[in-house]
Amino acid sequence: MTTLDRRSLVKAGAALGLAGAGGLNSFASAWAQASPFKPEPNAALNLLRWKRFVQAEDDQFMKMVEAFTKATGVKVNVSNESFDDIQPKASVAANTGQGPDMVWGLHSLPQLFPEKCVEVGDLADYLGKKYGGWAPAPEATCKHKGKWIAIPVAVNGGYINYRISAVEKAGFKGVPGDTAGFLELCKALKKNNTPAGFALGHASGDGNAWVHWLLWSHGSYLVDEKEKVIINSPETAKALEYGKALYETFVPGTASWNDSSNNKAFLAGELFLTSNGISIYAAAKAQNMTAIADDMNHALFPVGPVGKPQELQLTFPLLTFKFSKYPKACKAFVAFMMEADQYNPWIEAAAGYLTHPLNAFDANPVWTKDPKNTVFRDAARRTLPASGIGPVSEKAAAAIADFILVDMVANYATGREDIKGAMAVAERQAKRLFR
Amino acid sequence: MTDSTAGRIARGRPSAWDRLRINRNWLGFWFMVPAGIILLAFLAYPLGKGVWLSFTDAKIGRDGTFIGLENYEWLGVPWSSDSDGVFWQSVFNTLVYTGFASVVKFVVGLYLALLLNQNLPFKALIRSIVLIPFVVPTVLSAIAFWWLFDSQFSIISWSLRQMGVIQTNINFLGDPNNARASVIFANIWRGVPFIAITLLAGLQTVSPSLYEAATLDGASKWQIFRHITFPLLTPIIAVVMTFSVLFTFTDFQLIWAMTRGGPVNSTHLMATLSYQRAILAGNLGEGAAIATAMVPFLLFAIMVSWFGLQRRKWQQGGSDD
Repeated sequence: MTTLDRRSLVKAGAALGLAGAGGLNSFASAWAQASPFKPEPNAALNLLRWKRFVQAEDDQFMKMVEAFTKATGVKVNVSNESFDDIQPKASVAANTGQGPDMVWGLHSLPQLFPEKCVEVGDLADYLGKKYGGWAPAPEATCKHKGKWIAIPVAVNGGYINYRISAVEKAGFKGVPGDTAGFLELCKALKKNNTPAGFALGHASGDGNAWVHWLLWSHGSYLVDEKEKVIINSPETAKALEYGKALYETFVPGTASWNDSSNNKAFLAGELFLTSNGISIYAAAKAQNMTAIADDMNHALFPVGPVGKPQELQLTFPLLTFKFSKYPKACKAFVAFMMEADQYNPWIEAAAGYLTHPLNAFDANPVWTKDPKNTVFRDAARRTLPASGIGPVSEKAAAAIADFILVDMVANYATGREDIKGAMAVAERQAKRLFR
Repeated sequence: MTDSTAGRIARGRPSAWDRLRINRNWLGFWFMVPAGIILLAFLAYPLGKGVWLSFTDAKIGRDGTFIGLENYEWLGVPWSSDSDGVFWQSVFNTLVYTGFASVVKFVVGLYLALLLNQNLPFKALIRSIVLIPFVVPTVLSAIAFWWLFDSQFSIISWSLRQMGVIQTNINFLGDPNNARASVIFANIWRGVPFIAITLLAGLQTVSPSLYEAATLDGASKWQIFRHITFPLLTPIIAVVMTFSVLFTFTDFQLIWAMTRGGPVNSTHLMATLSYQRAILAGNLGEGAAIATAMVPFLLFAIMVSWFGLQRRKWQQGGSDD
């Protein structure tokens, strides 16, 4: 599908060379001349994105937008919505054929209406070839029947956040890399009155992230490759047993936690190990809470009985609607933002909140400048798609939004249901979704 | 009016349309048309559309196809083991929430109304203060309660710990029954002023001469309340409790801001579950079925109020039975 030829690559290389000499704008002008993706004349774009969590990321993103406008004359109007509101708005736009040209959403959003999205195989090939290839899960998330229907712009990684002193006092040098050792650590933390805690309430981000790790790392999946519901399995039972043992080491109240609860408790010094994005560390640094920032670190999710990393990280796909009058300008914009000269300063500004899905960006200094950021570098490679081992589809996203698995784990961990009951409730709900 | 129609009217043979326009009986109908259109467009149509959606497999942004009662069949019946446990739990939660909160709100509201009806110093000021919980936007008060009941930072737990009453924090929102009690408390706090102020308005319509006559006849305070105040207040109580039950049954904001239905769905109301399934998970048809399932309960509440509390004959001039 690629329209790339040797000449355009040479031109792009020349543009990059020029960029080294000037700032963002001079690069942008040179890029606009050389890029194989040219916008339509007099194009103007509307882009809907999720509301920023890191101010510096948003600032850098808007700089990028301005530079694009200066270089190409294409105006880009950016509007923001909270995580929960992106999907309904995008769905309505897809259905009515009116609204933003591009939507930058979460998880498998483009799979809700694959036939309404502009095919972007040429762009994905161009970027993939130029920047060391795509990580598998973001690629799967944005492909429908082998065709690219969106570009996975970034991944938001969530990992173990822990207090170094508490872990050392518990007799561990760091967070063990296996689930058995991890449970021992949590038990020891509880004994020392420096407990761990993972959100087990309806926390869309944090709750789903650790619960999916818990199940997947034990080989328990909601559906198989053919979307057959397989949650009622011995693997799930083992995962639930492990989850309950872990829950018993938690600080009280985690069944009520939402996405912000663990951040607050960690920063208040009441919580010593949790799973979260880099936002706790970023907040500790921003608020000059050096006692916490210096004493905390991040670790990868432990590997369970399946023997390989099984994580759920949040992919951010950027799609273009077919009803857009300026599909070429949309492609040009995405190409522009993913070029190293834009992308590098942008993920650097995001300070670990955004992870690249293109392998070449491993070299970005944000991952090495502060060693505490490093684990987040691998989020895009270590994650499975939101559907686990099943095909990427809207149904998997619906199962996540309906907290089917979070409730299953909470039901058993809090003693509300026995293992069979908890699995049966989840199985019935899943069968309803995947019918 | 054109010459020709004027001519026809003058000749005494008006067309059907002319008769509709000038007939006094039809005039009332014409005046009602604008209100009717508003009611149809903004009340009947959304309600009808919601019911229709519940018979389809519509997803957000996509029209569904008609699937009959399938959405309802999946919700099932409570006594079957193959029913939607989360849905029936939400029905149970909604009934408990509405029942407890409405009764307490009524008792406290009536008590406050009787109190405020006395000649108190700074009467106007006190009455305004009572209204504050009702004036504060729901989401703001819900967030305040969320902090008050936080598992780590609750000021209540903190104070009790400082006083040495408890050793560890109370798990307000992490334990199912505590969480139910907490959200019911927040709802009561918010709903009492509405009932108190409305009943106060009702109390002030009771003629003082009735109280004077009763006092002269030697009636006790309880007898005065039982045989004068309460009967005369009944119509207002019927209206105010109907509204209160409807508002409580359909509550969304308090729950969503405080618990999002957790822990383990023990505070999920039908309204919050409907939103979670329809909007967040995208299954509009199923969410609409849950929302439609609220209608019979609401109709029942209205019927009880209308035929139960308002059937007294004295309201139509007969004797009370």
